[in-house]
Amino acid sequence: MDYNFHWRPVFRKLPELLEAGLLTLEVAVLSMVLGITIGLGLALLRMKGPTPLRQIATTWVEIARNTPALFQLFFFGFGLGAFGLHLSPYLIVLAGLTFNNAGYLAENFRGGFLAVPETQVRAARSLGMTAVQTYVRIIIPQVLKIVYHPMTNQMVWAVLMSSLGMLVGFRELSGETQFFASKTYRIFEYFAVTAVIYYVIVKIILLASNLVARRLFKY
Amino acid sequence: MSNSASFFTDFQATDLLFLGEAAGRTLGISAVSITIGTILGCIFGWALQASRWFAQATIGTVLDVFRSVPLIIQLILFYNFFPIIGWKMGPFAAGAFVLSLYTAALVANVVRGGIDAVGIPMRRAARSLGMSYWQDLRYVVWPIGLRAVFPSWVGVALSVIKDSALVSVLGYLELLRASQILITRTQEPFIILACAGAFYFALSYPLSKYSKKLEEGWTS
Repeated sequence: MDYNFHWRPVFRKLPELLEAGLLTLEVAVLSMVLGITIGLGLALLRMKGPTPLRQIATTWVEIARNTPALFQLFFFGFGLGAFGLHLSPYLIVLAGLTFNNAGYLAENFRGGFLAVPETQVRAARSLGMTAVQTYVRIIIPQVLKIVYHPMTNQMVWAVLMSSLGMLVGFRELSGETQFFASKTYRIFEYFAVTAVIYYVIVKIILLASNLVARRLFKY
Repeated sequence: MSNSASFFTDFQATDLLFLGEAAGRTLGISAVSITIGTILGCIFGWALQASRWFAQATIGTVLDVFRSVPLIIQLILFYNFFPIIGWKMGPFAAGAFVLSLYTAALVANVVRGGIDAVGIPMRRAARSLGMSYWQDLRYVVWPIGLRAVFPSWVGVALSVIKDSALVSVLGYLELLRASQILITRTQEPFIILACAGAFYFALSYPLSKYSKKLEEGWTS
């Protein structure tokens, strides 16, 4: 092995890498917030929407789940370019991740809603609860418990998927790493450090999620 | 100017062939990785389930890293690491290597879940009937566990097919990279991306529907 590892240039750029890591986290969180909102809408549309809307929601979900995330990103990148719509790299990644998250989460939410028996709604109503109370006090807490774990997974996944941003010119953690790596040719060293940063980010998310779950699901 | 060469030429019939070949390579590298990854994943999953802490501390930790670092980073990392230790590996070999380990990490979890699904009373019963450990695994755990987790395995396999698109970063000419090249030449991103997307969809959609049907049939 006649390769000399040079870690110093990497460590010198560590502040920039960590900052890029924050950008990664920002995009992932934003895409999750949007994804949860849209995913909820898609799930409800698939269950009770009028036929045309239900078909649109189903198409969205199936495309999001059955094509590679990279394809979805390329679609928002080059595909929309065909219609003269050019998004910035940030928006490409955000739109791609949101599209994907919404599709996967919609299925989780639908499963969660279907798992709560219809009879509970009637029971709550006959106890004198209003429709809103029934949802807020009976349905949502149970659904949340079912979809909480898949949602955490999706969040982790969003962080991992955001690394595809480097292929559409977005300078989040991976893109930034590639930028520095190609400047110095210390490709292995840079990506090894980045891998560690990703690992730490993922572990922090899982830890935080566990702490929140402990508070939320005390019973 | 009819004889002049242009950088940009229209989408032609031969381009479909080019895309088709690339799709074949996508299938090839996926098939290799899923096969190797599943075999390794079964072994790892069994080890994780069977041992108290040793396998958990060693294999478990390593597989956890494979699940917690983006695949694209893993690919670049290994592709640049092999020359350092003196292995000559092309994009296919390096890509298949990383994808196999990634698959193994996902399959190991599925397998562990499958063995757990069989339950200890059932396995004790098998042993009390005079079956050896391996007979118990082969004739009791395997058929019952397989039933419980086959749909999840299909899910893993499908996600590996989709994730194989990332091998394009190593310069391996699979479907998405081929479409990118064609897009650069023809300047017709929409049609080409639609073709590539349709291929993945046509592969993934029926299989995911099929596994969902199996799952419903088995759980009810």
